[in-house]
Amino acid sequence: MHVNWSGLAIVFGVSMGAVLAMVALFSLGIGGMSMRMTAREREASTRPGTVTATIGFAACAAVVAFGVWVIIRG
Amino acid sequence: MNGGLPGSVGAVDPTLLVIVVIVTALAFDFTNGFHDTANAMATSIATGALRPKVAVVLSAGLNLVGAFLSVEVAKTISGGIVDETRISPAVIFGGLIGAIVWNLVTWYAGLPSSSSHALFGGLIGATWVASGTSAVHFGKIVEKVLVPAVASPVIAGVIAATATWLTYRLTRRAQPKAATRGFRLGQVASASLVSLAHGTNDAQKTMGVITLALISSGSLGAGADPPVWVILSAGLAIALGTYFGGWRITHTLGRGLTKLEAPQGFAAQTSAATVILASSHLGFALSTTHVCSGGILGAGLGGPVREVRWSVAGRMAVAWLLTLPLAGGVGALAGVTADSGTLGVIAVALAGLVIGGGIYLASRRRPVGPRAVVDELEVPAEPTPVRAVA
Repeated sequence: MHVNWSGLAIVFGVSMGAVLAMVALFSLGIGGMSMRMTAREREASTRPGTVTATIGFAACAAVVAFGVWVIIRG
Repeated sequence: MNGGLPGSVGAVDPTLLVIVVIVTALAFDFTNGFHDTANAMATSIATGALRPKVAVVLSAGLNLVGAFLSVEVAKTISGGIVDETRISPAVIFGGLIGAIVWNLVTWYAGLPSSSSHALFGGLIGATWVASGTSAVHFGKIVEKVLVPAVASPVIAGVIAATATWLTYRLTRRAQPKAATRGFRLGQVASASLVSLAHGTNDAQKTMGVITLALISSGSLGAGADPPVWVILSAGLAIALGTYFGGWRITHTLGRGLTKLEAPQGFAAQTSAATVILASSHLGFALSTTHVCSGGILGAGLGGPVREVRWSVAGRMAVAWLLTLPLAGGVGALAGVTADSGTLGVIAVALAGLVIGGGIYLASRRRPVGPRAVVDELEVPAEPTPVRAVA
């Protein structure tokens, strides 16, 4: 009987790191969306919010694209 | 792919048996679809990110796409748990019947249980009675079924709880409207990844079973790839099953276990998608169903309310423990009967139809539809219209 405990630990570590990074990036994007809304209410420039949201969501999209590539690669 | 099967089919007409195995494999694939819709879509439906019909159409479409995505042939249908050179078509048939019956029973009870574990259980039972204990690799059962069954929900749960906590912490100053809308969209993206991975992994199992049966009958050469019609029919069967919805299980995962807000749904689904992808590509295969259930549980625990119905979680754990022995028991009985000859095959097929039909009729007496999952969402907590996101 052989149980690949180190494989299990790697899955846990990599998943935890990736998920927390995704959450941070996505929250950045949501922060940007929120900044845009606030700026629009105050009739200020929405550019900082747009830039922040774009960076956050684009990074998430890249991670998702990597996920799709991992599935296709088999 | 191994080089064919020993001809231990007794007096059974090989052509009949191959046809029966193909039909049964597609039936199993269909139950696999509706049993696992909830894994990908329960949280999206429950948080209002997707309307139920949109969710099942999206999930079914991605299942079908997923079936065509990977060129890697399903080389092994059991992951080495049983000696595949000693599996006859009758054993595969018995194993499939065991898996289908257990999938239907757990669906009726609204319990998410692993379709793969049901298939493993059925094959173990059928192989055990047909070829003896030496054909069953017990060490592999611990590695491929028992450890993942316990580790999957724990790993996904801890990650989802941490992710939920971080999500709320990082977005507490954000405008609620922006947060709800954003998290719903994010949730749909990660749910789509789960559906895609599901189509790739689970449809391939059915392709492997059908291809093995075709090779054993001589219709295909040893080591052949699945023909296009096999890929297409396996993809369509699982997609059709997913479209059917499996609302009983979706209700349990979406509403029964805990009540989720959009950030929790996002954290649960993102954790599940990541753990599933990492586990299947870093060398330790975890069970999708257990990962998704654990993710939802963790998101419930990591959220602001911390309301988890432990009685529901307990029932789920019991179902997970029983999957292997009960699918195995039915598989053993079905396998040994089917092995006895043509009459045996017909008897098992009829028994399978009667049990399946009976469970379906019983389910109609107390039907659970999409409304059961979304009823409480009629008045959304946020002013954001659901349709703008869906």
